[in-house]
Amino acid sequence: MDREKSNKNTRRDFIKKLGIVGAGTATVATVYFDKNDLKAQKNGKKIKVLTTDKKVVEVDASDIVPVNTEVETDKMQHRGRVGLVGKKFAMVIDLAKCKNARKCMHSCQAVHQLKPEQHHINVLEMEDEVNGATYFMPKPCMHCDEPQCVSVCPVGATFKRQDGLVLIDNEMCIGCRFCIAACPYSARSFNWTDPKDAEKYKDVPYDIELNVPQKLGTVTKCAFSADRLREDKLPYCVSACPNGVFYFGDSNEDFVTNGTTKKTVRLSKLLKNNSAYTLLAELGTKPNVFYLPPNRENK
Amino acid sequence: MNNESTNSLSHAEIENDLIKNIHWSTKSKIWISTLLVAFAVCLYFYVTQLIHGLGVTGLHDYASWGIYISNFVFFVAVSLVGMLISSILGLANVTWIKPISRIAEIIAVSFALVAGLVIITDMGRPDRLLNIFIHGRVQSPIVWDIAVVSTYVFVSLLLLYVPLIPDFALIGKKLTGLPKFQLKIYKVLSLGWADKPEQFIIIKKLIKILLVIIIPVAIAIHTVTSWLFALTLRPGWDSSIFGPYFVSGAFVAGAAALVIALYFYRKHYGLEKYITDEHFNLMGKVLVLVSLVYIYFNLNEVLVPGFKPGTAAGAHIQELLVGHEATLYWIVQIFGLAIPFFLLLIPMFRKPIPITIISLAIFVGAWFKRFLIVVPSQLEPYLPIQNVPEKFYQYSPTTAEIAITVGSFVLVLIIMTLISKVIPLIPIWEMKEESK
Ligand code: SF4
Repeated sequence: MDREKSNKNTRRDFIKKLGIVGAGTATVATVYFDKNDLKAQKNGKKIKVLTTDKKVVEVDASDIVPVNTEVETDKMQHRGRVGLVGKKFAMVIDLAKCKNARKCMHSCQAVHQLKPEQHHINVLEMEDEVNGATYFMPKPCMHCDEPQCVSVCPVGATFKRQDGLVLIDNEMCIGCRFCIAACPYSARSFNWTDPKDAEKYKDVPYDIELNVPQKLGTVTKCAFSADRLREDKLPYCVSACPNGVFYFGDSNEDFVTNGTTKKTVRLSKLLKNNSAYTLLAELGTKPNVFYLPPNRENK
Repeated sequence: MNNESTNSLSHAEIENDLIKNIHWSTKSKIWISTLLVAFAVCLYFYVTQLIHGLGVTGLHDYASWGIYISNFVFFVAVSLVGMLISSILGLANVTWIKPISRIAEIIAVSFALVAGLVIITDMGRPDRLLNIFIHGRVQSPIVWDIAVVSTYVFVSLLLLYVPLIPDFALIGKKLTGLPKFQLKIYKVLSLGWADKPEQFIIIKKLIKILLVIIIPVAIAIHTVTSWLFALTLRPGWDSSIFGPYFVSGAFVAGAAALVIALYFYRKHYGLEKYITDEHFNLMGKVLVLVSLVYIYFNLNEVLVPGFKPGTAAGAHIQELLVGHEATLYWIVQIFGLAIPFFLLLIPMFRKPIPITIISLAIFVGAWFKRFLIVVPSQLEPYLPIQNVPEKFYQYSPTTAEIAITVGSFVLVLIIMTLISKVIPLIPIWEMKEESK
C-alpha cells in the first residue's frame, strides 16, 4: 500500500513537472495550461502520460514543456488557500460501526508520508466514564469553525478556508508549535526529525492540499484530503474504511455520502435521528466532525 | 534613609572605588575564558540541533513545549527585577536602592536579551524567523510577546544607558590608560556631558520618564508571556489569574537573582562600602513581601480549581498535588518558596551569605516552577494519548536540550561579566550626590 502510493506520487509529480495538460481535466489542469505550447510544431510523435486527475492520455511529444517547480508550488499554494468556493465540508463518524479496522489510519499515513507515531487520524479506544461502555473512536482534525490553532499561529501558516477546511502550509510554518499547544483535540503532529523518505521527495514541489512532502521542523495535520475534494472524491480515510463508519459531504447541500456503501443521505436528518454530537462541545470550538453515538441498541 | 557609609566618603574616593572594576585582572580573564569554553560546548549542541532538528530534544507531540519554553518564561520573569527595583521602589523615593539599581538594570537587560535567543532555540525552523516580521498576525499572542519583549529590552537599555552618561564622561577623563577605541566609545556615549547643573536637571527628568514608561511595558511582557498559556483551552493553563500570578512570581525570581548578583559583584569588586549588609537585609524584606504576594496567588491558583475536582482543571490540580508531578511540586513549593519565606523573616538569615544561599534556592525553585507550569498540562490532554511510543507519555529532556539551556545561563554570565568590565556597577554621580 505504502509503496504503491509513493509510486503514484512520483509519477504524478513527474507529470506535474512536465506541465502536461491532460484532456478532460478542465477544472484542475487549466491552471497549468499554456496556449503557446500547443501552437508549437507537432512532430507527430505521441506519448502516453498521466494527468493530474490520474487519467492516461496521449499527447504530442512536442507539447511537453517543463514548468518551473516554484511557479507550480505558488499556484498550488494559491488555490490551496482559496479553497472550493461555495462548499462547507462536514464529516460524520458512526461510532457504532467502528470495529477498529484502522484502515483509515493506515491509508492516511501512507498517502501523507507519515511515520507510525504521526497521526492525522487516530483511532482511540475510549471508555465512557458514566456507563462504562467501551468503543473505538476515529479522531481526525475537527476542522473547527472556531479553530484555536489558527488564532494562535503567529504567521498564518495554519489557516481556515472558506470551505471550512483548516490547513497547514509547511512552507511558511516556523515550527513554534503554539498550535499544538492550543489544540484541545491533540490533532496535530510535528516533524521532529527528518520526515519519512525525506531524501526521496526532496525535489517534489510542495502540494499544500495533499500536504506533502513533509518538512523537518514543521507541523502536519489532517487536511480532510483537500486534494481529493478538489477532484470531487471522498477523503482517503473515508474511502478506506471497510465498515461504513464515515460519511462525508457538503453541509451547504446538506448531503453526506458513506465512504463504504457510497449511499448518500441527508446530513441534517442523519445527525438529528441519531443524536449526533461533537467532541468537547463545551469548549466552543464548533467542530465540523460529528459523531453518532456508539453501542446503539437499535442498530 | 541615607547610606551612612557613603556619606563619609570623599568624591575622589568614590570615583576610584567605582571605576576600578573597569580592568581585566588575571582572575577575571580565567573566569571569562572558562565561560567562553563552556559556552562553546553548549553551542556545539545547538549546532547539532540546527542540523538534525528538534528531534535531538526529548520533545514529542504530547509535550511539544519543554524546558526551552520553561526557560524562556523564567528568563522573562527574572528580567522584571529591573522594573521592580528602579521603578516601583525608585519612584516611591526609596533611596537605598540607588547603589543597586544599575545592577538590577544589568540583570534586566541580560536576561531579556537572552530570553529572545532562548525562544529561537525552541523554533523548529529558526531559518524562517523573519516570517514573523513579514507575515506576522496581530491576532497571535506570540506576536504580542515579541513586540513587548523587544520594547522592554529597548527601554531597559535606555534605562541602563541614560544614568551612565555622566559616568561615561568621568571614565573618559580618569581612565586614560584604556585602549584608544574604548575611550572614543566612552566619549561618544557621554554625549558631551560636562557636569553642568542644567544637564543634571535634564537627565533626572529623562530617567523619571523612562521609569514610568517601563512599568506598563514590564507588566506587559510577563502578562503576555502568561497568555501564551492562558489563552489556550488546556486545563491548568486556561486560567484568568495567570497574568498577575506570573508577574508576582517574576518579582520573587528577579529579587532572588538580584541578591545573588549583588553578592558576587560586591565580593569580586570590593564594593562593600556601597553595597552594605543593610542592602541585603532590605532585599530580604523585599523578598518576603513579594513572596507573600506570590504565595497568595499560588493559593488561588490551586484552591479554586482544586475545590471542583470533577472538572478538567480540578483533575490537573490533583495531578500536581498528589499525582505524577507531586514530588517535584512539593519540593519546589517547600524548598523554593515556603522555607525561604520563613527563614527570611528572621534577621539573622538576611545577612549576605545566608540570604544568598536562600536566594539560590528560590532561584532554582523558580526555574522548576516554570517547568511545572509548562509541561504537565500538555501531558494531560482531553483525549487519551494512544498509538504512540511509550516515551510519549512522559517528557524527559535530553543532554543536548539541557546543554542548550545551560548555555543560556552561561551567556547571561558572559554578558554580565563583560558589562562589569566596561561600566561602573554603581552610578558614581548619584553616589557623589549622596555624599554631599
Ligand atoms: S507551529 Fe507552524 S502552524 Fe503551528 S502555530 Fe507555529 S507557525 Fe503556526
